Amino acid sequence: MTPLLQVKNVTKKYGGLTANNDISFDVAENEILSVIGPNGAGKSTLFKMIASFTPTTAGEVIYQGERISNLKPHIVARKGVVRTFQETTIFKSMTVHESVVVAQHLRAKASLAGYFWGSKAAQEDVRAFGKYADELLEFLGMSEISSEQASNLPQGSLRALGIAIGLATDPKVLLLDEPFAGMNHDETMNMVKLVRSVRDERGVTVMLVEHDMPAVMNISDRIVVLNFGEKIAEGTPSEIQNNEKVIEAYLGSVDDEIGM
Amino acid sequence: MFGFTSKQLSGVAIFLFAIFIGVPLLIGLTGRWDFYFTLTSVALLAIASAGVWLTFYIGRINIGQGAFALIGAYVSAILVVKVGWSFWISLPAAGLFAALVAVLIGLPILRLRGVYFAMITLVLTQVVTLTALALPITNGAKGISNIPLPSGVSIFGIPLLPDFAGMENTKLAFYYTACILMIITYATLYRLVNSRLGHLCRSMQQNEELASSIGVNISYIRIVIFAISSFFGGIGGAMFGSIAQSVYPSSFQVADSVNFMLNCFLGGLGFVFGPMLGTLVLYFGWDLLFEFGKYQMLIYSTVLILIIRFLPNGLLSIRFGKGGDK
Ligand SMILES: Nc1ncnc2c1ncn2[C@@H]1O[C@H](COP(=O)(O)OP(=O)(O)O)[C@@H](O)[C@H]1O
Ligand SMILES: [Mg+2]
Repeated sequence: MTPLLQVKNVTKKYGGLTANNDISFDVAENEILSVIGPNGAGKSTLFKMIASFTPTTAGEVIYQGERISNLKPHIVARKGVVRTFQETTIFKSMTVHESVVVAQHLRAKASLAGYFWGSKAAQEDVRAFGKYADELLEFLGMSEISSEQASNLPQGSLRALGIAIGLATDPKVLLLDEPFAGMNHDETMNMVKLVRSVRDERGVTVMLVEHDMPAVMNISDRIVVLNFGEKIAEGTPSEIQNNEKVIEAYLGSVDDEIGM
Repeated sequence: MFGFTSKQLSGVAIFLFAIFIGVPLLIGLTGRWDFYFTLTSVALLAIASAGVWLTFYIGRINIGQGAFALIGAYVSAILVVKVGWSFWISLPAAGLFAALVAVLIGLPILRLRGVYFAMITLVLTQVVTLTALALPITNGAKGISNIPLPSGVSIFGIPLLPDFAGMENTKLAFYYTACILMIITYATLYRLVNSRLGHLCRSMQQNEELASSIGVNISYIRIVIFAISSFFGGIGGAMFGSIAQSVYPSSFQVADSVNFMLNCFLGGLGFVFGPMLGTLVLYFGWDLLFEFGKYQMLIYSTVLILIIRFLPNGLLSIRFGKGGDK
């Protein structure tokens, strides 16, 4: 079976710094794949290239047989590969519901002019978006905070909103950059469940960057490990836990915030 | 009706009644005919300010609307005087030409954000002034004067628009024209902001990266919005030229561009009708302070600073509470 997404010999250089060096791996349909590694290893950079937020210096990313690297983010999003950010990923002054509605604009059947004049199709869209937003928020257990302004939400809900916005675009592949950051244990375990149900019930392939090792080991089908921009390992959670190079990379790093 | 509450509808009705019947009655009673010119100016400046407000809506500070007003004024004047077009056809042409220029300028500069975009737009007005001074078609410093008043328009012999030159009261005619254009502008703006394009603009204003990650073609929408914004500037400028019956390189200056922006700040960036109110208050405020002579600017600036300090969301926030829909 051909993989859904292929990272092929991707390199990214920022001036003299090589943030990603000749990285290759495949992502199968419906899997949850985590990318881990110490701070500065190049994980976010890799996600940015997959979602075409930044061009590759060399190599390419193939999705369903098509190159999606070195395009524009909105084009890649339209193809179904959507990224959320490491930083807070929300529209500050919108309510939760509004954010999820606006994120559905790719499904719009009416034209912008149709919306301006209030055409039948546009009214139809508006109704459908509202309904789907309700469903999605219900699915994510966010119905209660549906009319809260995003900027008033606690950290945990912000992350969930980020995922809700990403999901509202109806992605095939969702790239989550540190979705559990700033969450306590319970919140994290909730999100783990949520991400898994996104895959199981909505058929979304998930790639995520995370530092929380117990969560990563729990959630991932496979893991890719980066260190100093190089891919040093790839495998199932148990393979990674026993991998010499990985243990060395983590123990060797001064940065001991990652407990493993 | 049309999704409006009865309160909104009656507000609009009162407003329309006031400007189309109330104002002419009052002016007739008091004999202050000069007020027509003042209010016509306010209406036209409010049209240009509406454009500036729209660029704010995608998170860009636009201090260049004077440039597009000047372009509009020149295009209309040239089409009427040199090509012999009817003013009423030159008016949309002026708006479209301003929009076209906005697309060409916007392509490189709309990538810039914050103060960088603002700085570039700040020089645009000066660039257009210098261009007008240099080009043969704009007559350099002499400008274009003796622009004929708008001629009548009729289709199949049915008069649609009257001949302004044959009128006794051109002041009233221009006042009505300006008010109608202003109402069309703000109705358009209102629809736009409350339709999908408006929602996409808001998403861009708040987080451009996230907007593009949900599939919004941000560079395209930026261009479209900047073009619409400049279209309004061109229309406002062209009308001004027609009323003054002349256009000079100094007809719109950097100070005008700054004022367009201040009108938006003052009225409130979160309210569609903010720039209209802002224009009215700022225009009259400046005139009222005329009596203070050399202190006019000082008092004016102080009051503005105080307003921006204590009412960061603009005058309309007094009525609608904090933040409004923005
Ligand atoms: N825009 C950029 N310009 C220059 N260097 C960058 C840029 N983005 C990231 N880097 C560098 O690339 C390396 C990898 O960064 P990043 O991908 O953010 O790491 P991670 O997400 O794994 O912590 C770091 O050394 C970082 O400083
Ligand atoms: Mg990172």
